[in-house]
Formats: sequence, structure tokens, C-alpha cells
Amino acid sequence: MSICIVLITILFVLLISFSKEAWSGNIALGAVLVNTGISSWVAVNAVIGHSYLEIINGGPVFGDIPIRVDALSGWFILMMNFTVLTGILYGRRYMKLYENKSGMISLHFACYIINHTSMIGIFIVQNSLAFLYIWEIMALSSFIMVIFEYKKPETLKAGLNFLIQSHICILLLTIGLIWVSSHTDSYDFNSISTYSASVSPAISLILYLYFFIGFAIKAGFVPFHTWLPYAHSIAPAHVSGVMSGVMIKLGIFGILRMLLLVNQNYLIIGYIILIVSLISGVYGVALAIVQHNLKKLLAYHSIENIGIIGIGIGIGAIGIGTKNPFLAFAGFAGSLLHTLNHSLFKSLLFYEAGTIYQTIHTLNIDSMGGLIKKMPQTAILFIIAAMAICGLPPFNGFISEFLIYLGLFDGVHSGSLSITTIFILSIAGLALIGGLALLCFTKAFGIIFLGQARSHFDNEINESEPSKLFPGYLIVFFILIIGLFPQWTMRLLINPAGVFTSGMTDGFPALKIISNLQSISLVAWVFLLAIASIWTIKRFALRNKRMVIAPTWSCGYSEANSKMQYTASSYVRSYRKLIGPFLIMNKKEGEIKGVFSSPIHSQTHPYDKVEAIFIDFPLKIMNKMMARVRFIQNGNMRHYILYGVIFITIIVFISLLSGVAAYLFNLIKQM
Amino acid sequence: MPGLVFILIILTSFFFTGIVIRTKSIFSGRKGPGIFQPMKDIGRLLQKENVYSQTSSFIFKIAPDIYFASVLIAIMLIPFGNQKGIFSFDGDFVFFAYILAVGKFFSIIGALDTGNSLEGMGASREALYSFLAEPAFFILMGSLALLTGYTSFADIFNGIHFGSYISYAIGTLASFVLVLIAMIENSRMPVDDPKTHLELTMIHEVMVLDNSGFDLGLILHATNLKFAMYGAIIANLFLTPGKEWYFSIPIFIGVQILFAVVVGTLESFIARFRMSHNPQFIFTITSISLLIFFAVLLILGKYF
Repeated sequence: MSICIVLITILFVLLISFSKEAWSGNIALGAVLVNTGISSWVAVNAVIGHSYLEIINGGPVFGDIPIRVDALSGWFILMMNFTVLTGILYGRRYMKLYENKSGMISLHFACYIINHTSMIGIFIVQNSLAFLYIWEIMALSSFIMVIFEYKKPETLKAGLNFLIQSHICILLLTIGLIWVSSHTDSYDFNSISTYSASVSPAISLILYLYFFIGFAIKAGFVPFHTWLPYAHSIAPAHVSGVMSGVMIKLGIFGILRMLLLVNQNYLIIGYIILIVSLISGVYGVALAIVQHNLKKLLAYHSIENIGIIGIGIGIGAIGIGTKNPFLAFAGFAGSLLHTLNHSLFKSLLFYEAGTIYQTIHTLNIDSMGGLIKKMPQTAILFIIAAMAICGLPPFNGFISEFLIYLGLFDGVHSGSLSITTIFILSIAGLALIGGLALLCFTKAFGIIFLGQARSHFDNEINESEPSKLFPGYLIVFFILIIGLFPQWTMRLLINPAGVFTSGMTDGFPALKIISNLQSISLVAWVFLLAIASIWTIKRFALRNKRMVIAPTWSCGYSEANSKMQYTASSYVRSYRKLIGPFLIMNKKEGEIKGVFSSPIHSQTHPYDKVEAIFIDFPLKIMNKMMARVRFIQNGNMRHYILYGVIFITIIVFISLLSGVAAYLFNLIKQM
Repeated sequence: MPGLVFILIILTSFFFTGIVIRTKSIFSGRKGPGIFQPMKDIGRLLQKENVYSQTSSFIFKIAPDIYFASVLIAIMLIPFGNQKGIFSFDGDFVFFAYILAVGKFFSIIGALDTGNSLEGMGASREALYSFLAEPAFFILMGSLALLTGYTSFADIFNGIHFGSYISYAIGTLASFVLVLIAMIENSRMPVDDPKTHLELTMIHEVMVLDNSGFDLGLILHATNLKFAMYGAIIANLFLTPGKEWYFSIPIFIGVQILFAVVVGTLESFIARFRMSHNPQFIFTITSISLLIFFAVLLILGKYF
């Protein structure tokens, strides 16, 4: 299977490079469809219980490369395939606007295919060296996709930030994987579990933390998240959607995979993951609210959702550690389902943000308004995704958060004192995240789509074409299926979540949860029925009445205009004051001069405090220290040649000296 | 009969606000309207035509319906002593909180839909205060789940009576928290004053400035229903075990009336806080529910 996918990818990449730019989107769609078809077939089989195993001979360098697709990999592949598919369906329309302008489109779509293949590879390849290579291909291809608009300086800057941080991630993974393989002489992932079983628990904990931090950079846990808001906000909309929807989930996948492989104390790991995730969740949404840039706002929400997924993983691990099958199952099932759910609604939100951007050419929420009248379908898609991300029933986000809540409430009364206390705090944290998300998305939806337009745009604002809306409807279909028939999804989750709980359950937690979800599905339908019947009653009661359209009541003021509306900044002002100590707000304000002042402007820019502490401050110190050795880089060619000579000499001498040293050492040993 | 409590709550909602207003009028030395006057007002509104703002879209038209429906569904989850509600499942109180949030979501964006600056202000405050109140409710339910070992409304309220008498002390504390949550959720004193005359100081009332006729009637009655719903939760803490309806129904009605009188008394003697003090007040509730949590830990002997 894997060779087949690689060959197809190479074929299509060649096809793109030799064909017209206008065709490249459709060719990429073809490639994604074929690769999705092949990998989904294997993945579906894995999810329903038939794992796939294939061993490729990687020659003398790689050794045997095992390709293993278990239920966990299968679940992630299915999730990823769907978002990549909707991404290309949307992206090939999105890129039409840039045609014949940049000349990068063919490269962009070629990278899109390569990126898809490499993500499949990451989920299935279980050879450390091959894994690192594939991870690098994934990082580079996504970098090229992100810097599509490379002519803008801020794009390039954010792109480089992304490139550097993704390589720190690779560095940590390399250290971890090479550490294991240097001890076991094998690149197979299974050697990780044999190695960690043979060393002391403290060492295997450190090994796990290596992997955890490495993957956490990719996933965007606080404080490793700083690349994420920049990269997401400057990439083309479909790339942001795919990045936020599935690429950061590679980190989640890595954390889950290593949880299976590294033999550790699950309880401690669970605590660590739970606390980091709680901080990520609350911090992500707390910062999302104050963002003015729509895509940046969505990017901070990714951090929040990664936090929710992490809470699920954390309580799952604690469940394994305390031998509580229900807790373990609810935690892992909740986090896996939330991974899927987040990929659905977040990619949808990014696509609609892209549509808005291409219509009015700005992402500043404060200059939008009243778009629902011009773009009703986009508005409906956006509100469904917004409600889903807030975790509101009857949409899919609620189901996964509900599973996590179930686990937490169960753990509250069955665990020890420390577990009870931390779970109560997690419950409060999760409730807080839900409330904050509500504040954030009422702001986003209300200010972008409702009220009157806040600024004038020269071009006409129209609903986007059906082919651009279609992927959105496709996603909404699945959002509703999961939200209204959660029991069906739950059946699919039994195997992927069971990978973790095998050996401790006999299926009863799943059955209990499924019967619970059946009731939720029933209540959700009754809710829809209730809305429909109230609406009908209202129609009936008002059937003979005329409908009066009048200006908005403006409290006696007769010249109300669009400038008097609440803006995004004023909507969250009292919130901003409340959490002031956790924020950095850069404010620029003009002074009022004279009685009849000329127009003055006031600007606020939110900044990330974690970034200021963990990234900017160390960089400043490093810059200072590097300034002292800057004389080395003096631009004089002869000096550079001299450095080369010195370097070669040192290398030669070291190897010579090491030979001498080894000889002396042997001599002493023999004496 | 699982529908019994649903009917009882609906019936209570007809006179609940009336009792509150009546209490306030007695305390202020006025004769005051009859206890069914608020219902008559709502009935009048339901017969009127709707006036829609030019700025608004379909969101504004559908928002009151969804708000009302969400409250109805939330009521269906409330049990009656040891009888289950119409729907009962593990974690139903999570669903309860989130379905109410759906209604809130729509009432907020409905207010933003009119483009009125004052309604935007009310929406902003409503969103802020409701997220602050959310953790208190969840910590309270978590503590009760810890105390009883169950995770659904019906099982928790059933299990609470089989503990010692200390569980009634916890019930009292819990009802204190629930009364305060109900005051915040319904935008009453001391967080908000429904009878204020200045838009700048309103929260909920200013959000519905542009709603009229049938829609306004729905919104006003949803508030009554919400009051009766929280009253029912409080009543559940004190309903004795046993199936005797002639025992539990009077307790239920009694608790509801008492709750209404308490609300009226609170509103007569407490002044509304300054807006900037509200968040602190709401945080206090969270800390009280944390107190309940520690009390439960003490009872269960988890503290050594």
C-alpha cells in the first residue's frame, strides 16, 4: 500500500510540474482523492478491528521499515483524509484569485500532495529514522505552503518563525529516538517499549517528557504555542484549515503513540498532561477573545481545543494509572472524538474566514459588520461551526466535551483525594473554557455578520460561488451527524480508544456511554422539535398580523449610524479589564489638542505574555551575547577563508589526537 | 409519572414573578398588582404584532424561539424527588448547563443583530457574567456528585437523602448558591435591576429593547420559567424520599413560594452593585461552591 501511495504522489507531482498552472488545483484534487481512497480503505479496516502490517526493506540505512496501521492510526488517518479533502476542494477555488500573479501555485499544490502523503506516513511508519525523515518532509512542505504570499514581509517573518520552531520540535524528537536506538540497535518503534521497560522508571519518564515536549511544540500546548498564531494567520485559508485541523494533531498523535510505547508511570504522566492542558485551554481561549484579527482569533482557539483534547488524554492516563476502566475509556474516547470534531469545525471556520478575506480584503473584525445580509450561506456555515466549537448541543463539539465531563465526574467520586481535587478544578476549568468560548464566538459572529457594516468597501460584497461553499456543507453534514447521532460515532470509537484500555475493560464502559449518548441524541431531537413547534406556533399566532419594519430603537437619538454600534473591542472591554494582569495590550493613543481637536486615533494591539517571557526575553539576551562575537562576521572574504582553514585544521588535529589518545588509553589499560 | 414535575414547573412559572412583585410592593408599602398580573401582561404581548428592526436579520427573528425552547428542554431534565425527569441520564446536568448556554448564545447574538450600541453593551455584560457564573454551578454539581457517588440529577437528589443530617446542611449551602446563580442567570438584584429606568445600567432588559409583541412575550415568560426551574432544583434538595405525592407536591410549592419571597425580599433590601463590582460578587459564589466541595471532602473523611 505504502509504495503505491508514494508512487502515485510522485506521479502527480510530476504531472503538476509539467501542466498548466490553472490545472494544478484539479490535479492535486485527483491525487488527494486517490491517496485518500487507498489509505482510507486500510484505515477503515483498522478502525473496525483488522490491523494492517507490512514490512518494507529500507536497505542498509533504514533497515526494515515496519508499516503498522492499528485502530489509533486508522482513526487519525480517516480524520486527516477528510480535512485534507475538503481543504483541496476549497483551496482549488481559493487559489483561483492568485492565478497568473505569483507563479507559485504549481509548487503550492505539489507541496499539498506531498504534505498529505507525509502525514499518512507519520501515522503508519514505525521506524525511527524513516519517521524523522517523513516528519522533516512534512515540516518543509508545510513551510512552503505557509509562505505562499512570500512577498509580504510579515508572511516571511512568521514563516521563518514556524520553520525554526518546527525544527526545535524535530531536534527533540531526534534526540529521543536516537537515544533509544543507540541503546537497542534497532529503529523499530517496538524497541522503545523494550528499552523503557529495561531502564528505571525515572529515566523512562524523562524519555517520555522528551517526546512530550517535542510533540507539544507541534500540537501547540502552552508555552510551546508561540509559532501557531503567526503561522495560522498568514497562511492561505485552506492551509490554515488543514494546519489547524490536522497538522497540529500530529503532535497529539505522537503524544498518544508514545503513551502506548514508553513504559511509564501513567499516573504521573496523566497529572502532567492534565495540568499543562488545563493551562493551555484556559490561556488559549483567554487570549483568543482579545484578538482583532479573525484568523489569529481562530488560531488561539486551536490552542484552547488542544487543551481540551489534552485534558481527555490526561484523565485517560490517570484512569489507566488507577485501574479505572470507565475513566480511561471516557478520557481517551473524549480526546479522540474531540480531535475529530475540532478538525471539522476549525477547518470550516478557517475556510469561511478565507471567504470573508477574499470578499472584503481584511481580517480585522472591527471593520466588518452586517455581512449576513450579503453572504447568508457563509453566515449559516460560520454560526454552526461557532456553536460547535463552543461545545453547544446539538452539535458535535458538545459530544466530545460531554465524554470528558463524564470521565471527570466519575473520577471525582472514585479517586483519591488528590485526584478528586484536581478533577474538580478541571471541571471548573472546562466550564470556564466553555463560557469564555461563548463570549469569544458571540463576539466573532455578532460583530462580523450582524448589525451594520462598520466600514465602506469599494468592491461589491456577494455570496461566494457554490463550489466554494460545498466543502463547508460537507463538513456541516458530519458535524450534524456526530451531534445528532453520537451513538453511531461512539461505536466507531470503541476500537481506537480500546487500544489504550485493552486488558482492563470488557466493553462495559462503552456500552454505558452509548446508552447515555442515545438519550442525548433523543433530547437533541426534542430540542429541534421544540424550536420548530414554537416557530410554527408563532407563525400561526401572527398569521393575520402585519409585520412592521422600523428603525432600531436608539433611545431617543435620531441620527443613529453604523459608527455608534458596539465594536469587537468595546464588546470585550470589561473582560479585558478583568483579566488585565494576564495580558499585554500595546496601546497607541493620540492626544486631544485644543477645543476643536483634529481627528485623533487610538489603537490597541494584544500581545502574548508567554511569548514575551519565553521567546522574546531569551532572544534579547542571546542577541546581546552574540553582539560580542559579531566581529567574526566582518564581511571580509579572506577572513572567511581563514576560518575555513582553521576549521579543517582543528578537525584533522582532533581526529589525529583522538587516535593518539586512544592509543595512550589502551597502553595504560594494558599496564 | 415523569411529566408531573414539568407540569408543576410550568404552573409555578405562572405566579412566580407575581409573588416576587407582590413581596416587593408589600415591603415598600404599596398595594401592588395581583400575583397573576405579569402573566396577563405576557398574554397581552402574545397577541400583539412584532416590530422588527431594519438592521436585523433572520437571527433576530429566530433567537427568541430558540431561547424559549432551550429553557423548556432544560426544565425537562429536572427530576422530582426520587422520580426522574422526562429525560434522565448520566451527566444530564452538563447537558442542562449547555442547553441553557445555547439559549444565551442566541439571546446575545439577537441583541447584537439590531446594531444598537446599548444592546451590544447588554450583550457584552450578559456574556461576561454568565461565563463567570458557570464554574460555580459545575463545582456545586461536582461536589454533590462526590457526596452521593452519582452523576445524574435524579440519582444525586435521590442519594442526598440517604446520608446523615449533615447532608441537609450541605443542601442549605447549596440552595444559597443556587439562589444566587438564579439571580445572576435571570439578571435580578444585586447584579442587575430589571426595574431600572436607565439603559446604561441594565443587563438583560437592555438586550431586549428591540424585541416586541410575541417575541417579547416569549422572552419574558422564559425568565419566569427559568425562575421556577431553579426553584425546582432547590426544592429537590429538600423533597423527602418516598412516593407520596400529597407530601412532595406541597413541599415543592412551598419551597417555590419561599424562593419567590426570598427573591422579593432580597430585591427590596439590597441595592444593585456597581457594574465593576459584579465580577467580584460572582467570584464569591465560586468560592462558596468550593467551600461546599471542602465540606463534602470533610464529610466523606477524605481529609486526614
